[in-house]
Amino acid sequence: MTQDELRKVVLATLLSIAPEVEADELRADKPLRNQVDLDSMDWLNFLLGLHEKLAVDIPEADYAKLVTLNDALAYLGARVR
Amino acid sequence: MLEFKLPSIGSDMDEGKLLEWKIKPGDRVKKGQVVAIVDTSKAAVDVEIWFDGTVHELLIEPGATIPVGTVLATLLAPGEKAGAPARPAPPAGRRKISPAARKRAEALGIDVDTLAGSGPGGAVTLADVDAAAAQRSSSKPAATSDRQAEMRKAIAAAMSRSKREIPHYYLAEAIAMERAQAWLSEANAGRPITGRLLMAALQLKAVALALQKYPEMNGFFRDSAFQPVAAAHIGVAISMRQGGLIAPAIHDVGEKTLDEVMRDLADLVKRARAGSLKSSEMSDPTITVTNLGEQGVEAVYGVIYPPQVALVGFGRITPRPWVDAAGGLTVAPVLTASLAADHRVSDGHRGALFLAELRDWLQQPEKL
Amino acid sequence: MKISYREAMRQAMHEALAGDPRVFLMGEDVGKYGGTYAVSKGFIEEFGPERIRDTPLSELGFVGAGIGAALGGMRPIVEVMTVNFSLLALDQIVNTAAVLRHMSGGQFSVPLVVRMATGAGRQLAAQHSHSLENWYAHIPGIRVLAPATIGDARGMLAPALADPDPVIIFEHAQLYNLEGELADDWQCDIARAAVRREGSQVSVFAYGGCLPKAMQAAAELADAGIDAEVIDLRLLRPLDTETIAASVRKTHRAVVVDEGWKSGSLAAEVVARIVEDCFYDLDAPPVRVCSAEVPIPYARHMEEAALPQPAKIVAAVKELLNA
Repeated sequence: MTQDELRKVVLATLLSIAPEVEADELRADKPLRNQVDLDSMDWLNFLLGLHEKLAVDIPEADYAKLVTLNDALAYLGARVR
Repeated sequence: MLEFKLPSIGSDMDEGKLLEWKIKPGDRVKKGQVVAIVDTSKAAVDVEIWFDGTVHELLIEPGATIPVGTVLATLLAPGEKAGAPARPAPPAGRRKISPAARKRAEALGIDVDTLAGSGPGGAVTLADVDAAAAQRSSSKPAATSDRQAEMRKAIAAAMSRSKREIPHYYLAEAIAMERAQAWLSEANAGRPITGRLLMAALQLKAVALALQKYPEMNGFFRDSAFQPVAAAHIGVAISMRQGGLIAPAIHDVGEKTLDEVMRDLADLVKRARAGSLKSSEMSDPTITVTNLGEQGVEAVYGVIYPPQVALVGFGRITPRPWVDAAGGLTVAPVLTASLAADHRVSDGHRGALFLAELRDWLQQPEKL
Repeated sequence: MKISYREAMRQAMHEALAGDPRVFLMGEDVGKYGGTYAVSKGFIEEFGPERIRDTPLSELGFVGAGIGAALGGMRPIVEVMTVNFSLLALDQIVNTAAVLRHMSGGQFSVPLVVRMATGAGRQLAAQHSHSLENWYAHIPGIRVLAPATIGDARGMLAPALADPDPVIIFEHAQLYNLEGELADDWQCDIARAAVRREGSQVSVFAYGGCLPKAMQAAAELADAGIDAEVIDLRLLRPLDTETIAASVRKTHRAVVVDEGWKSGSLAAEVVARIVEDCFYDLDAPPVRVCSAEVPIPYARHMEEAALPQPAKIVAAVKELLNA
C-alpha cells in the first residue's frame, strides 16, 4: 500500500467519525485531536476503523505515537502489509 | 383490543412525526419490539411496543405529526379474536370528534384524524384543535435543515423547566485516579482493540454501584413526589457533531459487567449519532452522567434533566499535587466528579456521602 | 327591599286587584283560608268575597268558570292548588282555553291566568309533588311561565293578565319561602329567557325550582375553576330558542336541568333545539339532569335522591368537561 493510499484510508476513516472535517484544512504536522473534536470514544472508533481496514493492531500503549496525522501515517506505514 | 399510543420519549417531547411503520396488520409483536420510527425534535427514534399482541389496524399514516398519547394502532391481545371483520368505511368505530372541533379544524385546515382527544371518552374537542393550531403556528414541521433549531428549542424547554422547578445543589469531589488508570492500562494491554475499555465505562459502573447505596439520586420527581427506581438506567450525555446533545440510557448499568457497559456505550454512541435510538432509551434514564473532561475542563456542574433528580459530571483527569495516604506530597492524576442534585429529594449531606461512595468505588477498579 | 317570593306574588296580585276591577281571584281556599300557600292572605277582607272567591273542590268546574268569565270580559286569576290536581282541568285548558281563538276564527279570546303550584321537595308524596310543566308547554295556544326569582314573581303577573290569551304560571312550592332583594327594575317581559349568571365554559339551563340549584352549582363550579353560565328558561312556552342558542354558541356545552322526568321532558325539547340549531357549535354531547323516573317518594332521603340537586349538576358539568 502506497503512502497516498494509506493517507486516503486514514482520512476516510476519520471522516466517517467526524463528517464535518475538511480534509484539505488538516495540518498533518499538528496534533489531530487539537484540530478535530474527537473524544475518547471517537478516538477508539477511529482506531477500530483503521484496525478493520488495515488489520493493524494498535496497543493502548502506542496511542502516544499517533498524535499527528504524519505520526499516524508513519506508524501505520511501518506495520501495514 | 389494545391501543398502542405514541409514548412520550423524554420530558421535552409533546409530539412526533411518524416516519415509518415496521409492522403491518396481522403481524404478531412482542413486548420491546421496535414497531415504528418516529421523528422527535431531537432524533428519529425506534419506538418499541410495551405489550405482546397481534396488529389489528394501523391508524396513523407515515408523515403525520401527532401529539403524544395519540393511538397509533390497535392490536389484539394474545388469544383475542378480531371482532367485526375489517370494515371499508368506519361508521361504528368512528372517532369521537365534537362537531365544533370538526368545524374549527376544517376552518383552520387541521387534520382532525391526527389529533389526540382530551374530552370525555377521548373525544377531540375545541381545546385540542386550538392546541394543535397553536403548536402549528409556533413550530413548523421539522425539516432536516431546522433539526438543530428544533433540538435547541427542546433543550431550552427542558433546561428552563429544570432551572425553574428544580432547586439544584452542587457538590464536587477530587478523586485520585492512579489506581483506576493503572488498572485500565493493564486491562487494556491484554485486550485486542475490539475489546478495549474506556475510563467512561468505569465511571458509569461506579455511579451505578454508588446509587445502590444512595437511591435518592436515582428516579423521577413527578406529581410533587419522588419516585425512586431500583435499576440504574444511566443517561449518557452525548454531544451531537452538528450541535446539541442527547442523553439516552444504558439500562441496568449496576447489573452489567464492565465489558457489557463498554459494549453498550459504544453501541449507544454509534446509534445516537446515526439517529436510531429506541424509545425506551429516550424515556427511561433515571439519572444522567455527563463527561466534559475530554473537552479539557476540570469540572462540570450540570443541569438536571427533568423529571430526573440528579446529574453526575466528570471533568478531565489531570496531574495535580496530591497528598497521599502517608501524608507525603506527590503528583497524581486527579478527576473532579461533581453532583448536581434535586434538593426537594435529597440533601447535601447525602449527596456528599454519594460522592464519597463514588470515589471509593473508583479506588477499587478491580471490583467494578 | 328584601321580601319573600310569596310576598312578591302577593304584591303582584294586590296590584292587579286594586288596579283593574275586571281582575278577580278564584280557587280552592284562596279566600277565608288565605290560600294554600298563603299568597292571598287578607285579600278577602280587603276585596270582598265577590272578587276573592272560594270554590268547590272541582278543578274542572272552576277553571271552566274562569274561562267563561274571561270570555265575558273579565280578567280572572284562577289558582289551582298543585299541578297534579290540574289534570282534572286539562280538558278545560287544553280543549277549550287553548283553542277558542282558533276555533272561533279569531272572534274570541280567553284572557285567563291560571296559577298553580308545582314541584317536590316538601315531603308531600307522589300525588302533590310532580312537575308537569312540560304537559302544558306542549300545547299551542297558551303561554307557560315559570317565575323562579323574586323579581319574576313580582313582575310576571301584570304582563300575563295583559296577554289576550291564556297564560299558565307555575310557582314551585319550594320557592315561596325564598327571600331576596326586590330590584327596582322588577318589571319584566314574558317573551325572553334570562341570563342569570354569565359564564364561558358551559351553559346550564334551568327553570323554576331548579334555578337556585343551578345557581348554587355554578358557584361551586366557580370554586373549582369552571366558569358556568346559567340561563333561566322562565318562559316554557314558547321557548326562547334564540337566547338558548346564543349561550351554547358561546360556551359550546349544555347541561339542562329539569325537575320533570327525563323521558319526554322539557329538557328533551331544549336539547333537541340545541342540537337542531347549534350542532356545529357543540364541543360535547348535551347532558340532562332530571328527576329519577319514579313517582316522587315521600321519605325525605328518597325524595332528595330522586330530584336534581346541585351536586348532580356539578358532577354532570365536570364529566362534560372531563374535569
